[in-house]
Amino acid sequence: MTRLSAILKENNLTKDEYERIVEGLGRAPNRVELGMFSVMWSEHCCYKSSKPYLRTLPTTGERVIQGPGENAGVIDLGDNIALVFKIESHNHPSFIEPFQGAATGVGGILRDIFTMGARPFAILDSLHFGNLDNARNRYTMSGVVSGISSYGNCIGIPTVGGQTLFADCYAKNPLVNVMCAGLAQKDKVFYGKAAGPGNLVIYAGSRTGRDGLHGATMASAAFDETSEARRPTVQVGDPFAEKLVMEACLELMDKGLIVGIQDMGAAGLTCSTSEMAFRGGTGLRIDLSKVPRRVGALTPYEMMLSESQERMLLVTEAKREREVLDVFKRWGVKAVSVGVVTDEGRLSINDGAEDVADMPLALLVDGCPVCNRPVAEPSGIARLGAFDHEHIDLKDAIETIIACPDLCEKRWVFEQYDHLIGTNTVVRPGSDAAVMRIKGTSKGVALCLDGSGAKTALDPYQGGVAAVAEAYLNVCCTGAEPLAITNCLNFGNPEDPEVMWQFAESVRGVKEACELLSVPVTGGNVSFYNETLGENVYPTPVIGMVGLFEDLRTVVRHRFQQAGDVIFLLGRTVPRLAGSELAKVVAGELGGQLVPVDLHAHKRISQAILKLGRDGLLQSAHDCSEGGIAMSLLESCFGARNGSSSGVRVLLPNEAEPISWLFAETPSRAIISVKAENVGRVTDYLNKAEVEHLVLGEVGQETVEVNQSQTVLLRVESDRLRQRWAESLENMLTGGSS
Amino acid sequence: MTVRFGVVVFPGTNCDHDTKSAVEGLGYEAEFVWHNSPHSELDGFGCVILPGGFAYGDYLRTGAIAAFSPVVAAVKRYIDDGGLVVGICNGFQVLLEMGALPGAMVRNRNLRFICRFVDLLVKQADTPFTAACRPKQVLRMPISHFEGAYYVDDAGLRSLVENKQIVLRYCDADGNCTPDANPNGAMFNIAGICNQRRNVFGLMPHPERASDELLGATDGRLIFDSIAQFVSAPSNVYGA
Repeated sequence: MTRLSAILKENNLTKDEYERIVEGLGRAPNRVELGMFSVMWSEHCCYKSSKPYLRTLPTTGERVIQGPGENAGVIDLGDNIALVFKIESHNHPSFIEPFQGAATGVGGILRDIFTMGARPFAILDSLHFGNLDNARNRYTMSGVVSGISSYGNCIGIPTVGGQTLFADCYAKNPLVNVMCAGLAQKDKVFYGKAAGPGNLVIYAGSRTGRDGLHGATMASAAFDETSEARRPTVQVGDPFAEKLVMEACLELMDKGLIVGIQDMGAAGLTCSTSEMAFRGGTGLRIDLSKVPRRVGALTPYEMMLSESQERMLLVTEAKREREVLDVFKRWGVKAVSVGVVTDEGRLSINDGAEDVADMPLALLVDGCPVCNRPVAEPSGIARLGAFDHEHIDLKDAIETIIACPDLCEKRWVFEQYDHLIGTNTVVRPGSDAAVMRIKGTSKGVALCLDGSGAKTALDPYQGGVAAVAEAYLNVCCTGAEPLAITNCLNFGNPEDPEVMWQFAESVRGVKEACELLSVPVTGGNVSFYNETLGENVYPTPVIGMVGLFEDLRTVVRHRFQQAGDVIFLLGRTVPRLAGSELAKVVAGELGGQLVPVDLHAHKRISQAILKLGRDGLLQSAHDCSEGGIAMSLLESCFGARNGSSSGVRVLLPNEAEPISWLFAETPSRAIISVKAENVGRVTDYLNKAEVEHLVLGEVGQETVEVNQSQTVLLRVESDRLRQRWAESLENMLTGGSS
Repeated sequence: MTVRFGVVVFPGTNCDHDTKSAVEGLGYEAEFVWHNSPHSELDGFGCVILPGGFAYGDYLRTGAIAAFSPVVAAVKRYIDDGGLVVGICNGFQVLLEMGALPGAMVRNRNLRFICRFVDLLVKQADTPFTAACRPKQVLRMPISHFEGAYYVDDAGLRSLVENKQIVLRYCDADGNCTPDANPNGAMFNIAGICNQRRNVFGLMPHPERASDELLGATDGRLIFDSIAQFVSAPSNVYGA
């Protein structure tokens, strides 16, 4: 290997990319510049594999104030209230060092939100781990959950929802996706723009150290046996420091003391300086000798690439410098002027008297060649024949499904999160979507995370559609109107044409669902290279959706309220177990053909639930997804106050084959319950709205009972099932073998 | 005259806004008190609250660094003058570290953070902090902490019992203080205690998170209402 190719390999740059840099600069880059290009042109920062696909997503709408391209998306909630929200992945670091990897994932997304002038008010996380019969997977999960808990609880932002799912493909590539939402005044949203030549650049927050060097580059390559040795690329979080930085920044923005602001996340100083200047159409001159350091002997290369946490870059008018520094001082946050805004279109870095780097911003930020990676449909997606369920007993099936890792209660997880701080949490974790109130108004916001890697593996297009569709239905079930999404696209190695095919198909699915359901994408994150030793994760698009309540009094919960209420099933059931949780846990098989989502029918059903809820006609509403009708009914029974549960009496249609009918995961279905006196009104409305429906039974007291014609198929005490559902996860985490 | 609550803000306090808005929601006044405030700033408050959070990051030990902050010296004098002080969660931990209440906190029995609603038995309905409760009333409020298992030595426990300083105990929905109803392993199911003089109260549950119908719990109001009633009574005016 020549010296140059060794250096390029170390910086994860191709020969072509290097030539482009030389051409753009008109000379060879020095080592510092090469390092800066390395991070800015990494997959993580410049989306070179995904850009052509992401451009196809709908990103505008009447409520969209800011779409993709900023630190976070912003939508208009009316009455001068803006909701700022985004999702990000911290997958790679969370495998290498689960606690700090996950903790700093929370820290990073929080900074993206308060950077826009919003006070963060809800965190959700989508977690995917390997199966819990393996000790390392249990270690990963415990570490990730306590990392999120530690950071979120300390800084004081509630973690209110999400998903925790398991499959062996995530064993060496866990997915840790964190979404955050915050509230701002619409006329006080801030942007990451370095405007106004002559303005000062202020560095604030923790000192710069060697931690996280090349984190973005690490996240842009597949893992191998040496991955554990990359632990030094994982940053260490200090939520206390971030709390002070956050309060100081929010105070500065409230007082109108700054022009632009951006956090230092991936690629640290390099990314924040260059992106701010590029967006502002200006230039920056930075003197590294003024940057606070944790150790004296840092090289310029290390300083520009450090990913030390809890750091911010701000631009302010020179005459405001004193006031800005005073606010930081009051909060005990280190802050210092490190440079000026220029009109040169360049990023110029010096270390005292020595010039260190000087590059055109357009080249550094926007010059990376887009990769048109080859795409190929795989030949053998598993096609499961008829899954043999004839010998499964209904009771066994139910007892298995309620205790399986994906569907058992996740209390062990969400009780470690402070989900109540902020005193806004109206619907708590364990529901279809979390609901937060907006203090001082009648409004509220519903937030949820959805997506199924297993289903997307079977059919990437349908998986993309279904992720958006399910989130949409979940938001409608709470009584909120879906407004927009943020997405986190977790995929394997993009250099593998089959992975690129999965990606292309999934994005096509997301796009079509968003268009038809009228929910724009306001931002998100792509995480490629979720591959270890040649094994890729399931293609896993995770959709974070937000919805609006104009009047929170109409919030609908997923739990049954009262014995005697009548239960309806909305939507058509296709009794096919392809890709179902039951097939997965009983037969250990992932295969078959998914029932495609009919987006028009999906919209009708979702909108009907929304309308019924707003008219006060629903006692409960819950979508049918993993585990089918059976799981949806049981979840609606479980979890009333003090851990008690209600019962249910179900009458199956005569022609239904019980197992496939109760456990099929046909999309676009929901279970609602209504007071007996409202059955007529609800039926009339559903007929008028052309929503397929049938009366499934009624809410009972203590037993779960399934009947067909005159036969009792199942009668079991609801509370016994609830207990099994509630204890399963902790049993798996503490009682497992190996 | 409306009762005024002072809400102390240490760096890292994060229940300050929640506490202020809960108190204001009940019609009382509340003001933030900055951690380096002098004693004079506490004048005129009917009650000073040390709210929940992670004061100074809770580095070293929960509440340990906060106990040395300037405002704590002021709070000590305020207590000596007979003023009412409530420490909620991290505030309780600070009160223990500054010696205003006996005992200490250790990590929860399961070695995990716990955020959940619990039932609490009102052992003493005759304190300024619980007078609006019925004796033996069961209150429902959330806890949210990692270091919340109250500990005190045998002599200390005996003294707490003899002096009727145990105000709240973890219990089941029927008011039985069973081991199963103890969420964190606290000694004697202790959730809240007061000092002998009965002007300092520390509790791990969060009354400010249980003061709003919309959030599904209102029992926390009884704590703030008790204080307000006590302070408003003509014979009991402190600090004003």
